[in-house]
This record gives sequence, C-alpha cells and structure tokens, in this order.
Amino acid sequence: MHDHHDHDLDESALSRRGLLTRCAGWAGTAALYTMAGGVTSSISLDAALAARPIMGKTKPFTFLQISDTHLGFDKPANPNTRATALEAVAKIKALPQKPDLILHTGDITHLSKDEQFDDAKAILSDLGTPIFYVPGEHDFLDEGGGKAFLAHYGKGTLGTGWYSFDHNGVHFVALNNVANLKPGGMAHIGDDQLAWLKKDLAGLSSSTPIVVFAHIPLWTVYEEWGWGTDDSAQALGFLRRFGSVTVLNGHIHQILQKVDGNISFHSARSTAYPQPAPGAAPSPGPLKVPTEQLPSMLGIRSATFTRGNAPIALIDSSLA
Amino acid sequence: MSLSSPSVRSVAFLLALSTPMAGILAGQALAAAPAKVSVAIKGFAFVPQVVTVAPGTTVTWTNADEDPHTVVADDKGFRSAALDSDDSYSFTFTKPGDYAYFCSLHPHMTGKIIVKAG
Repeated sequence: MHDHHDHDLDESALSRRGLLTRCAGWAGTAALYTMAGGVTSSISLDAALAARPIMGKTKPFTFLQISDTHLGFDKPANPNTRATALEAVAKIKALPQKPDLILHTGDITHLSKDEQFDDAKAILSDLGTPIFYVPGEHDFLDEGGGKAFLAHYGKGTLGTGWYSFDHNGVHFVALNNVANLKPGGMAHIGDDQLAWLKKDLAGLSSSTPIVVFAHIPLWTVYEEWGWGTDDSAQALGFLRRFGSVTVLNGHIHQILQKVDGNISFHSARSTAYPQPAPGAAPSPGPLKVPTEQLPSMLGIRSATFTRGNAPIALIDSSLA
Repeated sequence: MSLSSPSVRSVAFLLALSTPMAGILAGQALAAAPAKVSVAIKGFAFVPQVVTVAPGTTVTWTNADEDPHTVVADDKGFRSAALDSDDSYSFTFTKPGDYAYFCSLHPHMTGKIIVKAG
C-alpha cells in the first residue's frame, strides 16, 4: 500500500522523480498489471514515493488504466459524466487487488477549464493511488495551448508534458501526441519528443518490459477520422528491439486491439460516453445510446502483465 | 364580414410571401457592401469546405457539433478559441488570397476561404 500524499521529493532531481509526486488524480480506462520479476532500473516508484529503495528487487504488481473522463461534458450522450466517473472510481476501489498505480490516458476534462481539472482531482484523489496523466486534445484546448493542463499536471515533465518512470522493472513512457497538430494530419509526436524518446530508451536492456501510454492511438485505426498518429512509425522503430511493448491509449472510447510483432496496442473505453466504431457513422462524435445501455459501453480496464514476452491478460470491466 | 374575410386573408398571404423575399433581396444587397458569410462546423467538417468571398467579407463559423472545434489558419493568420457547441467565431478577410485553415483539435478537418474581388 502506498500512502501517497504530497511527498516532496528533491525537486532538483531527475524530472522523472519529480513527476512521481504529482499523482493526485486520474481518469477513464483501467489496466491492472501483475509484474513478476523484472530488471530494476534507476528509480522505482516505491523508492520515490516512500524513500524506501528496493534496488534489485522485484515483486508482482498490478496497475490500472482509465481514460476519457471528459469532466464538464453534459450533452445527451451522457448528461452526467461526473456520476459515471464516480462509478468508475467505485469500481476501482472494489478491485480485489489494489493497483500500485493508475494511468490516465487523457481527455480528463472536456474543455480544459480549471474547475474541470480540479473536479477530476477531487474525484480521483479518492482512490489514494498514484495517478499518471497524459493529455488528450480536450485537455489542451485552452487559449494557452496546454498551459492549463501543464499547470495542473506538468510538474517534473518535459516539453509539452512527456516523461518516463520505472516501477518494479517496468519502464513506463508517457507521450503527448495532441500538441502542435498539423493541418490535414492526425495526432503528432513531434521531433523534440521523438529525440527525447530515443534517448530515454537507449540505455535500457531489450528485456525491459515497456509500457507506453498516450491519448490518441499510435497505430492508424481510421485515418478519415484522424484516429492515428502521423509520426508514430519513428517511435515504434525505437521500441521494436524490446521483447515486450504494451501501448495503451484512449481517445476513441472503445476497446480495440492490435498486435504488431512484440508491440501490442490497446485502446480503452471512456467513463463518459461511447463513440461509433471506425466508419460506422458519418462522424466520430459522441454516440447517443439508450440510457439503460450506456453503462455497458463505459468502463475501466485491468490487465495482468507478466514479464518478458508473455501475453498480457486484459480485463475490461464495464460500468454495467 | 364574410365577404371581406377572403380579401384580408389574401393580403396577409401576400405579406407572408413578400416578407421573406424582401429578406433575400436585402441579403443580396448586403453582399455587395460589407458582406457576411456563414460556415457551419458540423459532423467534424467545415460546411461548405471551400467558400469564395469578396474582400471585406466577414466569415462566421458556428459549431453545431457536440465536440469542441477550432478554426485556425494554416499560417496562423487567424485563430479562434475552442468553440463549444453553438459557439461562433468571426474573421473579416480584407486582402485577396487563399486562406487554408483547419481544426487544431481534429486536424483532418480542413477548409479554405478564397478571397477575390468581383
């Protein structure tokens, strides 16, 4: 159990260290990972949070992914996204195994408003678990082009909010692919972030399990709707040498998976509202379903993760 | 009364017909002076996608979607804030030229304003 409050670690230390202190909230998809074994790297989450180094030691652990809470959205597809976010929190709290950490894969808010970010923190801090965020385009639409998000979650991150950290031998990489998008394109990582990623991965053994999380899919799900990342091939190129790479995303509000060599891609449900299957509607806007059907289309995801090339067992739980 | 009723009705009918026509004529008259053109943002698209206007025309985009969108010139010459449902943004085009723009949140959404005289 992590008693995670605002441990103030040495702020002058590595950025990945600083970011470990900013885990007061989260949002939409849930993934639980059990980790047995693993290569310990510079800083474990335990060490950073509890100042209790366990160098060289690994243990099974679980983590969770939530996504697309869209706090502030109140249209017919779900007039009460706050209530469904709270349901997701209740679902996570009821899990038999408490996750070590939670990843929020973006669209925390609907309109990047401070009160929406604050509400997300109020709702998610109840979990008492460190939460790591990446922004969705809805979190980056303020006049400052992401300043609001970075004010809330940017501490210890680089550039537009990217970072990495290690936990029990698993290397987690948080990417922002919603900043500085180009006309006619899809999501975009950008040269600065790609250069950082290359460097970030360079020192790692190829046996290190990697988890990458970003908002928009890193594979092209449906180009006509912009459901892909136009420069993801470069990022995936850096990742191919690793034996186990798991890429988690949100954005499309539905479960989709793809396996490409050692890289597996998983998009998650939203806790707010569903979206149509690729190409199944004239546009990707919120999908209005009968009220009684909505909980079955929202959810969190947990997964069991074993070291090396072993497949990941994902468990997607709806809010029904 | 029973005789006059039909004529009253026909006058009302003529008025009902002529009022919208007057509106259309006024709209055309305005087009020659400082003009206004509307572009809808609907179904994750700019409708119409390409619009040709005279210099001095004010173009107003209105978001009819449930998702927020933006209107951003490719060259950043104009840029709206995020437009939530029913929000509008206007920009007046004074110089002839082609102005390509897109939604910075959903960059596959693109449009163009062509400004030319006459």
